Amino acid sequence: MKLIRIRYTKWYNILKNGMKTNNPVFVAVLGICSSLAISNTLPNAIAMGFGVTFVTMFSSMFVSMFRNFIPAKLRIVTYMIIISTFTIFVQKFLQAYFPDIYASLGAYVGLIITNCIVMGRAEAFAIKNPWKYSIIDGFFSGMGYTFVLVLISIIREPLAFGTIFGYRIMPENFTVWASMGTASGAFFIVGLMIWLLRNWAKSYEEA
Amino acid sequence: MLDFFISTILSNNIALTLILGMCPLIAISTNVKNARGMGIAVVIVVTLTAVINYPIYQLLVLTGTTDLSLLTFIITIAAVVQVLEILLEKYIPSLYSAFGVYLPLITVNCVVLAVSQFFVTRDYNFTETTVFAFGSSVGWLLAIVLVAAIREKLTVYGDLPKGLRGRAIVFIILGILALAFSGFAGLSF
Repeated sequence: MKLIRIRYTKWYNILKNGMKTNNPVFVAVLGICSSLAISNTLPNAIAMGFGVTFVTMFSSMFVSMFRNFIPAKLRIVTYMIIISTFTIFVQKFLQAYFPDIYASLGAYVGLIITNCIVMGRAEAFAIKNPWKYSIIDGFFSGMGYTFVLVLISIIREPLAFGTIFGYRIMPENFTVWASMGTASGAFFIVGLMIWLLRNWAKSYEEA
Repeated sequence: MLDFFISTILSNNIALTLILGMCPLIAISTNVKNARGMGIAVVIVVTLTAVINYPIYQLLVLTGTTDLSLLTFIITIAAVVQVLEILLEKYIPSLYSAFGVYLPLITVNCVVLAVSQFFVTRDYNFTETTVFAFGSSVGWLLAIVLVAAIREKLTVYGDLPKGLRGRAIVFIILGILALAFSGFAGLSF
């Protein structure tokens, strides 16, 4: 009985929103820059996904904890400062413990600040809700984003390099699709994925 | 310097090879007029912030606080956008009514922050930074206008499957454009 009742709680709705109905990449088309640029290999995608999840969680929490003190006119700048503090945290963490990944992500780690998902959750959810819900909302939005990144990179890495996680999985005589590793491959994959998702969910948009 | 400038516009186009500034590119590319407005606003803000951020970064290097560069850059960008908005509204209202709506959106355009980060990671000097900032923002303007022009035609003449309408087709357009622009990689001057 408890399992059925959980569907109607606020916690469950937040989960469903972040992962499915309001998935940041496919449905709302947010945070595209980094998700396309980073998703050519799986380790990059996972590192970026967790980075964004961490920043979204804690910046949502802080924004909602301070929401009564943030003047409405200065809220964007306040979000920026909170978000960039946590982004610097992620940047230094990767630099110290995963230098290889840090080198291949390069400037994109810093660009978590301008990832619209983080700012979007702060503005749409955290500023109006208590901190315990905000942290969960941030976590699931970040997880929805990570899920998409992993999905894209699972398609791109074998086609572009013939490997997954650095292990060769394609046959020896497979010719790698060089364009899959670059921007154009990323655009095509995301375009096709949105198409499939829209058909599957039967949610179309006009023009 | 000229070939560096042209390569930042064409063969290293910031939108189509580095995939930066996608959110506004997708949201505002429904017609050419708005796309051009947004593009021009981006050119102004990117160039201005890079020119301001460069000396500030040198100051951070002098004081040994480069760890804070991200925080400093983003505050500079937010401040420049805010000041530009106020100045335009006060002194050039006609320009404000044309570009004003795009200005607040620019703070979260990753091109602006990315350009400021690239002059750090790529060790550009001041002239190179200025040329790079101007060139890459002009490249972004080119990309958004191209996408908007194709979209405008598509909404009139295109007979697309339902699921492809809207954002999905923008990605396909971008993919084809990116393939075309990768042809510029062979250019040499």
